[in-house]
Amino acid sequence: MGRFHRHDDGTEHDHGPGHDHGRGHDVGDLTAYETGTERVVVLERIFDENDRAAADNRAVLDGAGVTAVNLMSSPGAGKTTLLVRTLEHLREVGLRAGVVEGDIETSIDADRLTGLGAQVSLLNTGDGFGGECHLDAPMVARALAHLDLAALDVLLVENVGNLVCPAEFDVGAHRRVMVASITEGEDKPLKYPVMFRSVELVLVNKMDLLPHLDVDLDLFRRNVLSVNPDAELVEVSARTGDGLDRWHDWLDTVVRG
Amino acid sequence: MHELSLCRSIHDIVDRARDGRRVRAVNLQVGQLRQVVPDTLTYCWGLVCAEGPLAGSELVVDHVPVVLDCRDCGERTTAAHVLVLTCASCGSGAVDLRSGEELLVTSLDVVKEH
Repeated sequence: MGRFHRHDDGTEHDHGPGHDHGRGHDVGDLTAYETGTERVVVLERIFDENDRAAADNRAVLDGAGVTAVNLMSSPGAGKTTLLVRTLEHLREVGLRAGVVEGDIETSIDADRLTGLGAQVSLLNTGDGFGGECHLDAPMVARALAHLDLAALDVLLVENVGNLVCPAEFDVGAHRRVMVASITEGEDKPLKYPVMFRSVELVLVNKMDLLPHLDVDLDLFRRNVLSVNPDAELVEVSARTGDGLDRWHDWLDTVVRG
Repeated sequence: MHELSLCRSIHDIVDRARDGRRVRAVNLQVGQLRQVVPDTLTYCWGLVCAEGPLAGSELVVDHVPVVLDCRDCGERTTAAHVLVLTCASCGSGAVDLRSGEELLVTSLDVVKEH
């Protein structure tokens, strides 16, 4: 008798000699299983700990009346430039803003955001085990402890520039937004569907460069909607300020709820 | 790219669940929509477990396909590709995801105490 095995559909069987179970099921030394191994059912989601911390973050933010937005993008899409513009806007309309700035090593982005009337909490993820490529909920909890939440209306979480990992981690924000610049190509939604599926709003940035590029915006839009039919797209140029009114209106509405 | 983080989480879950017993294998379910590279996961597992009580244990990954329920024709189908989340029967994009986002430790194979 070989190794006992249970499938997703609940069926169970033993692996006899020569049983080909396909890729991803290296059954190892069958004799060891035969003699002295027992199976312990666990059924625990790997993200449970992060998700519990995210729920705690949301409860803390709710308690302080703060709306948090998780802002994600690839590196160089223009998140920080957009944030500078956004903080200027929020100051103008009297909404008190905080920023959690995720950066692997430097304080360059956080430095760009100082002097704009916002509280900024920098999280260098490079101190972590291996240098994290994303923010997770326990990290954001540490950043929240450095902010005076009672003095805030809105918290913008600038995630680490990366289209893969940040999509997987709930940090405790209320809304998820991404910045996608038109220099990145039309195929990005198809290559990173998990990210594009995870957000409700896509800010299509660097529209001022459109005359210089061969990008097909209709194709980009179709690609976004094919992986996320509910996504809203807003074309902006963080550099010139064109189109930012719609983003600012969206944000003001979300914050004033 | 976040396989190291995942392995640390898996390590904590397993270390709690093993209750002092020696672990031979850790059985996972990973949905196809999860962005996990199996070889990287295995490599990181070795790093995370090195010289600890879980050293030498094996990660066994069960890949769970993307299954969709169509709101238009009612069929339940398996997605041909993770980038094409449409009904394999009628082509409708109005689908509800039934599986493919799993990421869990299902069980441990531990050495029996005598």
